[in-house]
Amino acid sequence: MFTGATLVVSAVLFTIGTIGVLLRRNAIVIFMCVELMLNAVNLTFVAFAERLGVAGQIFVFFVMAVAAAEAAVGLAIILAVYRHKETVDLQHINLLKG
Amino acid sequence: MPSILAVVYWAFAGLAVIASAMCITRRNPLASALWLVQTLFCVAVLFTILHAPFIGVLQVLVYAGAIMVLFLFVIMLLNLGRSSGDLKGLVACAVGTVLGVGLLLDLRPIAHAGPPDAIMLPAGALDSMLVHQGVVGSVAGPLFDSYLVPFEITSLLLTAAIVGAVVLAKRKL
Repeated sequence: MFTGATLVVSAVLFTIGTIGVLLRRNAIVIFMCVELMLNAVNLTFVAFAERLGVAGQIFVFFVMAVAAAEAAVGLAIILAVYRHKETVDLQHINLLKG
Repeated sequence: MPSILAVVYWAFAGLAVIASAMCITRRNPLASALWLVQTLFCVAVLFTILHAPFIGVLQVLVYAGAIMVLFLFVIMLLNLGRSSGDLKGLVACAVGTVLGVGLLLDLRPIAHAGPPDAIMLPAGALDSMLVHQGVVGSVAGPLFDSYLVPFEITSLLLTAAIVGAVVLAKRKL
């Protein structure tokens, strides 16, 4: 019933997440924007699952598991970087810059 | 006269977009995180309206309940709550917004995207499945049947993530 509308909403959410990644410098906020993008994709999966069977919902389940693992490891990395650099500002984390 | 379901749907869809926009524009990371929680709740409502109530519950439990608490915990641990704005400069903001709008224009055809009629379920098929197999059963059945191997690999992934997080977070092993 809402398939087309949901696809538009998820496209808008994905775009907002992308803009957030481009606009912010705080590593944690950028990480949250990535979570927002994952959620937009989940919304697409569920919208198609309504017409194509529950396989889409099962993929959402897997995406959530991967997102949880990613959050745990990613935040541990951010903590390790903070311990080293005393900042989470990506402007100052430029070890690989030539 | 729109149906009450459509009114609820559009209210929460609009709220999700507004809350996500607030999330990326707030200067305080703590406020950003709380607006993201709001977005996740709204998306959970959309999941429920789209006949995926179990996924909606998982969204609240796992995303809003567990992952976001982890984020808030790290923000407080690093004492970022009072940090001043971390938005990039005016030029970078303009370029980022233009790129984002371009992406949205590229995604425009998705509004008319739809699977071919031949592979679509008949209308109401998912509804009757929810009634007959239960809200959890309709997802759990295929998960432990045709998707058993991916499910086991997921458990391996989570174990690896736990080990990785502990190794990274500990000062000295």
